[in-house]
Amino acid sequence: MVSNLARNLASNLEGHPLAIEARGLVKRFDGFTAVGGVDLSVPVGAVYGILGPNGAGKTTTLRMLLGIIDPDAGTRKVLGAARPHDVAHAIGYLPEERGLYPAMKATEAIAFLGALRGLPLKEGRRRAHELLERHGLGYAADRQIRQLSKGMAQQVQILGTLVHRPRLVIFDEPFSGLDALNQGKLERMIRQLAEDGTTVIFSTHVIAHAERLCDDVAIIAGGKVPFAGPVDAARDRIPRQVRLETRARDGRWRTALPEDARQEGAFWSFSLPDGGIEPLLRALIEGDAGILSLSIERAGLHDAFVAIAGEAAARALEAGEQEDAG
Amino acid sequence: MNGGLSVLAAAWVVARRDFTAILFSRSFFFFLLGPLFPVLIAVLAGSLGSRVDASQERAVLGVAMAAADVDALTRARAQLAPALGDDLPELVVIRRLGQGESYDAAQAMAERKAHVAAIVTGPVSAPVLTGPRGLIEAWRGPVSMLSAQARAGTAFTYPAVVLKPVARSSGTERKGRFATAQGAQTLLFLLTMMLAGMVLSNLVEEKGNKIIEVLAAAVPMDAVFLGKLFAMLGVSLVGIATWAGVGGLLWLGGGFSPERLPDPAVGWPLLIALGVVYFAMAYLLLGSVFLAIGSMATTVREVQTLSMPVTMAQLMVFFFASFAMTQPGSMVEIAAVLVPFSSPFAMLARAAQEPALLPHVLAIGWQMLWVALLVRGGARLFRARVMKSGPAGKAKRAGRRFPRFH
Repeated sequence: MVSNLARNLASNLEGHPLAIEARGLVKRFDGFTAVGGVDLSVPVGAVYGILGPNGAGKTTTLRMLLGIIDPDAGTRKVLGAARPHDVAHAIGYLPEERGLYPAMKATEAIAFLGALRGLPLKEGRRRAHELLERHGLGYAADRQIRQLSKGMAQQVQILGTLVHRPRLVIFDEPFSGLDALNQGKLERMIRQLAEDGTTVIFSTHVIAHAERLCDDVAIIAGGKVPFAGPVDAARDRIPRQVRLETRARDGRWRTALPEDARQEGAFWSFSLPDGGIEPLLRALIEGDAGILSLSIERAGLHDAFVAIAGEAAARALEAGEQEDAG
Repeated sequence: MNGGLSVLAAAWVVARRDFTAILFSRSFFFFLLGPLFPVLIAVLAGSLGSRVDASQERAVLGVAMAAADVDALTRARAQLAPALGDDLPELVVIRRLGQGESYDAAQAMAERKAHVAAIVTGPVSAPVLTGPRGLIEAWRGPVSMLSAQARAGTAFTYPAVVLKPVARSSGTERKGRFATAQGAQTLLFLLTMMLAGMVLSNLVEEKGNKIIEVLAAAVPMDAVFLGKLFAMLGVSLVGIATWAGVGGLLWLGGGFSPERLPDPAVGWPLLIALGVVYFAMAYLLLGSVFLAIGSMATTVREVQTLSMPVTMAQLMVFFFASFAMTQPGSMVEIAAVLVPFSSPFAMLARAAQEPALLPHVLAIGWQMLWVALLVRGGARLFRARVMKSGPAGKAKRAGRRFPRFH
């Protein structure tokens, strides 16, 4: 991730455009505002997560970015092009609802997806064989899609998304429907893509995936983006948490603790005071607290999501995660 | 441009996949066999019909007359038969009447005692034909002729007539061309209706496979629609070529001479070429409408419901074009040529009746323009109505009419 950030910085310094730049995207369906003014800036080479509960507007936003549908208002630039189809050869897309032609052989399916992006069929077939071999699916190259398991078919489609070596890959809920093993494989694949300099955008309603993979996230709820930026910046939206363990159970030092301090067994937890840790430390020492341990922890992305998107969105997100796990 | 792929190149990728997938599928084999069943039914119905006709032809006239009249009448039939053949009714003697004896033919027919179609009574100088109205009116002439021959008593000599066929007269030529125009129009309509519907099921299947969003993300929807239309057009032309080839061989094998066909105004080769072009145009025009419908429907039932009005409208268009054909040069014909959906039918009929070629060039250009407009409109409709996500919630999702990919 550090290397990506460095690359982003380098690319920006060189004057390269952002991989995606969207301003005020709006989409309404039958009077319902699915997306109500989304701004996104995705740096080249970043792994970018679009995080939000089901129905938040993630898919609609991605479809507008891909040119599948046009926004009712706002502008978008994808790899520098105002019309996404103009750079379709440099984009890979995996929709949430996966599907391939059942009668097609795995190799042909991958080559066809490449051909749609401008890759000659012959070269597509060659690369398809190569990709299938590399991902341990060489034995399935001549099998029809209908003869493959659901997980294998999904892998074939993912390989088809990448066969033309896109500069920008967009995955819509790529982890849904995958078992833990394949989720791990996909995470490794996304990291590899990022290392190779590919910009990866994926939507998810599972915070853990975004937290593990992303440099930047856009939190989307109710068709709006209340936060977009680096994951660390999202975490910094809420104060850091102090975790304190003392020898003394009671004493003058207790008055130095902030109002939101709560006791959890032998520990006290509270938000880092606005004045910083030093005044507090001084008060604890002077009050004979007998500090056994003190740590300052950054908030998790989940807490940040709650703070940014609100309790309702967080509950919807959790419901989606449970549904997915179920 | 699609990053190196133009809309046409992208359409080619889609069309190539669809064409080969359909051509090498089992369903295509059954599709080729499709016309066999109506042909079989037609042959069976025809054979049954001819049997019925034959049995009707065997219906005979009963004769109940004085013995001398009976003999004179049967002799007259034998004399006339070589010249008139089947135009004469068969005669069966029911009764030779004695002196002063009478016969009530009406009662015999009512009681169905005599197994004949009608009965001739009275003297040959004043024959009476009793039987069902249509039948006796049809046989009035032959019975009169037989009676006249019976009265004359002598055998006339009927000279053999030498037949000298000549080229068609202008009257028969016009009639023949009209028949050709009518046949070509009907064939075009049947093929279009039968084949254009295929794009419907193709797109519904596509949506069932959930690959439509992948296509829509990679290439413009116009290219997807164009590709699908042309793939199915290609499949249709393969089917038509196969049927025409097999049908032609059977026809020629059956001893049919193409010279007996009335020549169309532009000649047979050009009419066939124009037929292919106008089939393509009619197919593309109707197919693009069906494609738009198919893109919005999720199930075969929905497809049927949505396409029914279009099918009925197409039937009306066919009737309109057929009517226009009977009034060449009129405003009705011009209207039929200008209305895009009836234009291919009207123009094909025109090709059979009028030799001018320039109107065809103009009409084909006009029809192509409409194909482009309809494809563009269908693609827009698809993007506007189908590719949408809605609010979350199972209740809302359950009520969705069209598929949403979220």
